[in-house]
Amino acid sequence: MNPTETTLVELRDAIAAKDVSAEQATRAYLDRIESLDGKLHAYHEVFAERAMERARDVDAGKLTGALAGVPVAIKDVLATQRGTTTCSSRMLEGFKAPYRATVVRKLEEAGAIILGKTNMDEFAMGSSCEHCAWGPVTNPWGENRVPGGSSGGAAAAMAADMCAGSIGSDTGGSIRQPASLCGVVGLKPTYGRVSRWGLVAFASSLDQLGPFSHTIADAALLLKVMAGHDPLDSTSANIAVPDDLDDVDIKPEKLRIGLAKQYMSDQNDPAMNEAIEKAKQVYQQLGAEIVEVDLPHTDYGIPVYYIVATAEASSNLARYDGVHYGHRTTQAEDLVDLYSRSRSEGFGDEVKRRIMLGTYALSSGYYDAYYLRALKVRRLIKQDFDSAFEKCDAILCPTTTGPAFKMGEKTDDPLSMYLNDVYTVPASLAGIPGVTLPGGFADAEGQRLPLGIQLLGPAYQEAKLLRIARCYEAQTDHHRARPTTAGAV
Amino acid sequence: MTEQQVRHVAKLSRLRLSDDQVHQFTEQLADVLDYVAKLNELDVENVEPMAHAMDLLNVLREDAEKQGLSVEEALGNAPDASPPFFKVPKVLGEASGA
Repeated sequence: MNPTETTLVELRDAIAAKDVSAEQATRAYLDRIESLDGKLHAYHEVFAERAMERARDVDAGKLTGALAGVPVAIKDVLATQRGTTTCSSRMLEGFKAPYRATVVRKLEEAGAIILGKTNMDEFAMGSSCEHCAWGPVTNPWGENRVPGGSSGGAAAAMAADMCAGSIGSDTGGSIRQPASLCGVVGLKPTYGRVSRWGLVAFASSLDQLGPFSHTIADAALLLKVMAGHDPLDSTSANIAVPDDLDDVDIKPEKLRIGLAKQYMSDQNDPAMNEAIEKAKQVYQQLGAEIVEVDLPHTDYGIPVYYIVATAEASSNLARYDGVHYGHRTTQAEDLVDLYSRSRSEGFGDEVKRRIMLGTYALSSGYYDAYYLRALKVRRLIKQDFDSAFEKCDAILCPTTTGPAFKMGEKTDDPLSMYLNDVYTVPASLAGIPGVTLPGGFADAEGQRLPLGIQLLGPAYQEAKLLRIARCYEAQTDHHRARPTTAGAV
Repeated sequence: MTEQQVRHVAKLSRLRLSDDQVHQFTEQLADVLDYVAKLNELDVENVEPMAHAMDLLNVLREDAEKQGLSVEEALGNAPDASPPFFKVPKVLGEASGA
């Protein structure tokens, strides 16, 4: 078998059965990274030596667990004791975390092999992975296309089979949107389901970690390993993780799928609306009841998000002052000058824009008009979902309005870039889980580009949500497609 | 949003901007704020603000002594240090540089 052409679960089982060694599997992925990453730039740093060392430990029986020998990639927003943690920012160039994130610890304790850190939009701020301090990430499906963001490196690495699974973070759609644009599965769990300890903070009430994979079963297994209460994170939910979370082939009974007219805009690429229509038919054929739900405040998601997220970011990023860690200017005349020059030299333009927007929204005279109002509308958005889930088990909707856009197409127009997240942001504001899965293809100027459909569920109902997603996946072949531009090793 | 406001917010944010950046950010932030003004369409008079999606309670850990970072670890990423202290330019008196 070729280890890079299997699913994560299949690879895990093959290693356990000794059909392939962890060393062979890890070597195969490292070779693929070496061959492709010059073009894709999905990785920021690769831990080749350490990965091989751990693989040999698995083969020697010294390292066991639910992911024993499975090579995974970690977004560079998570603290790892090996290598650096940079958030793709010059501000954190060379930063070596003195601790590792809870999620990284759990993956390592489960026997996973960490291949390296994936590239991302600086401090997770972006929807295209063009805001990376050391250059953009390329979408494996098209050299001139963005992979989405901010977890674009994690999604691209997954799509190009440069890892068996990868971990990203989602603040307003940063897992689901790149998963959609790269044709892979991306899961944002309920806020609080996965510990954020060791995750570099962007917007603390929204940030959540989740997996990328080729299949729903793989995502479920990764989530099972990552999830659970963590006393080190005061926002981590003390709610038990279902034992059978990774058994996605259990069929949910009396399935009700919600459709909201607010997500089926004429502004969507026709291929996206067609993908949703086909998904609806798949569920109908499976006996599901399709119900109409109303999410009247959907269009207010972006304004709320860009006030709430930037307000929290302006506070979280105040810590980068050039004193304790991070970039320090060599030009400072006094302490305040040191703060300002260090921050100006260390942060990229998108980060500066968001810090300023958040500072403005929180400043005297504007707090009530912007921040407080945004928090009130956030409640209305959550109430929309609460009402919708009284009528259905999951909401089926697009992840994005269309396929991957071209590099440079939106970089000079931040608002246009922000609007890209219109269908992912509401779930983030409400804290509910959402999963993107391959749902078809669009023809864009002769390029065949993937489209992701999205399923949203009630809080802490990941098990049911993944089973509903699996029902669709089992009836389609979209998840088996691979990009040809990535080439073979 | 005016250029003067952008300069003021940059100062509050501890950011130094070039004139070109001020000009660019003024336009871009004005666009975003115009879009955000959409929130004024809604009557939110009687809506409780929601800062967090989940019900949160104060969480306290056991008041137990444990090992923290060593001085070496704490200073490990410092751009400048004079163990066991972080080193910064003078705040009072003649400026000393970084």
